[in-house]
Amino acid sequence: MSRVTLTTLQVLVAVVLILCWQLASTTHIIGDPQNIAFFFSTPVDVAQQVWDWFASGSIWYNLWITLLESILSFLIGAIAAVILGFWFARKPKLGAVFDPYVKGANAMPRVVLAPIFTLWFGLGIWSKVALGFTLVFFIVFFNVVQGVREVDRTILSNGRMLGMSERQLLRHIYLPSALSWVFSSLHTSIGFAVVGAVVGEYLGSAAGLGYLIQQAEGMFDIAGVFAGMFVLAAFVIAIDYGVTLIERRLLVWRPQVHAES
Amino acid sequence: MPRDGTMLTVVGKGGGKDGEPGRQPGGQPGSAPKKRREAVRFEGVNIEFGTPGKTVFRAVEDADLTIAEGEFVAIVGPTGCGKSTLLNAAAGLLTPAAGRVSIFGAPLSGLNHDAGYLFQQEALMPWKTALENVAIGLQTAGTPRREARAEAREWLRRVGLHTFADRYPHMLSGGQRKRVAMAQVLIRDPQIILMDEPFGPLDAQTRLIMGDLLLRLWSEMKKAVLFVTHDLEEAISLADRVVIMSAGPAARIIGDFPITLARPRDISEIKLMPEFQTLHRDIWHMLKAEVLKAYPDLTMGGEQ
Repeated sequence: MSRVTLTTLQVLVAVVLILCWQLASTTHIIGDPQNIAFFFSTPVDVAQQVWDWFASGSIWYNLWITLLESILSFLIGAIAAVILGFWFARKPKLGAVFDPYVKGANAMPRVVLAPIFTLWFGLGIWSKVALGFTLVFFIVFFNVVQGVREVDRTILSNGRMLGMSERQLLRHIYLPSALSWVFSSLHTSIGFAVVGAVVGEYLGSAAGLGYLIQQAEGMFDIAGVFAGMFVLAAFVIAIDYGVTLIERRLLVWRPQVHAES
Repeated sequence: MPRDGTMLTVVGKGGGKDGEPGRQPGGQPGSAPKKRREAVRFEGVNIEFGTPGKTVFRAVEDADLTIAEGEFVAIVGPTGCGKSTLLNAAAGLLTPAAGRVSIFGAPLSGLNHDAGYLFQQEALMPWKTALENVAIGLQTAGTPRREARAEAREWLRRVGLHTFADRYPHMLSGGQRKRVAMAQVLIRDPQIILMDEPFGPLDAQTRLIMGDLLLRLWSEMKKAVLFVTHDLEEAISLADRVVIMSAGPAARIIGDFPITLARPRDISEIKLMPEFQTLHRDIWHMLKAEVLKAYPDLTMGGEQ
């Protein structure tokens, strides 16, 4: 399938869906359009709302806040996880002692932590960063532990025979191996950073996409809720695309990624 | 040819000038008086592994073997006989349960820093380019990056891969990766080169090419080589001596044959020489019995 055909088909799916939505919410084909518009709004209203946000420029600030929270929670979470993950994987006894606690903490539904974080860090961005951190940290952490434990034995022996010291083994073999696991889970971990930010905003904040959606919902402004969801979806797609670009750059040495590109 | 299994001390052959065409083909081993320094010596080496059932599995038993400086020794044996285990003991990657391994006369403890090891499996770091993979061998020893890279480029040229310097291992063919691995090991100028079926995964033609390349590089460097293989033809065409191991467990060294074929050798042609065929027949006679022991479940002619 050529690129043009693919894009055309992808756009066509959106056009058909929006057309159905428009017909359902303005004609009597399915049922009472007023009723449907109350629950689902209409494409025109949603588009109007999105247009207003962008025309007035008010959306940019909210997008920026969500982006900032996502990036901060990803960076802090990933760095902490790499350091701790390495430590755990290289010191199996330590890992064994803390294992049940790590698993227990990971099993905790994060939403219940949101009120506590709001209490601790206030209504600003840091309570959202904390929530995103708890999500990102565990994904990266488990990947680092796995990456360090599953370092190829032959490559390791080869490194030793090539005269590498423990530090050089860490730098040239363990770290790249662990990071390759982290990079290959980049889509998931950055996705969770966004989830943490938006959920945090939704539960209590003064800015961000989650805040916009929550505000609209509070006023039964269905068009606003849908508009918020659309902007959020576009935002996530844009971030995911950015991650794909970064991933291609970082994992050039990997056969699978190369074959995809 | 008489069984030569007890002849473990190898005597020099013309002062290490094996690579020169002037050497007598089929010269009597032992006729040249000059004795070379020993590079690796195994004395009564036993190697054991613990198994899950708490019993001890003895892989290698009572191995005595000496490899002289500049000598190319091939170890041949049936599959699973502990050839690689013996090699790992020489590398210091595992410690024998009994006996001792000495390197240039000194007992080996820990890793053998005089040795370079060419693995059977893929051992290149996939996240480094060919050039970086070769240069790392020098960088670990403290050579500045620039210098190491220049030297690595030279080594890639020697193995015929200078145009592939910036490729990652997955972009190279199996034979090319082996050549990079060879450069990675040899750039450090190890005094002893250990090779664990290095060409095992390659196809037959590529193995010939690799064998020729190995002999060419070796004749320039003249290091002690311990080469493990299951392929007797490969062993005879490359080595100065072929050592035969019995079927495991508790594999022993049961034969030691000097290979008197002239050097330099063209290993794609050498198999046609009558001398090669005589050697091959003699050694195979001993090896065959061991190979059959490695498959006790198969009755002779049991195929339907």
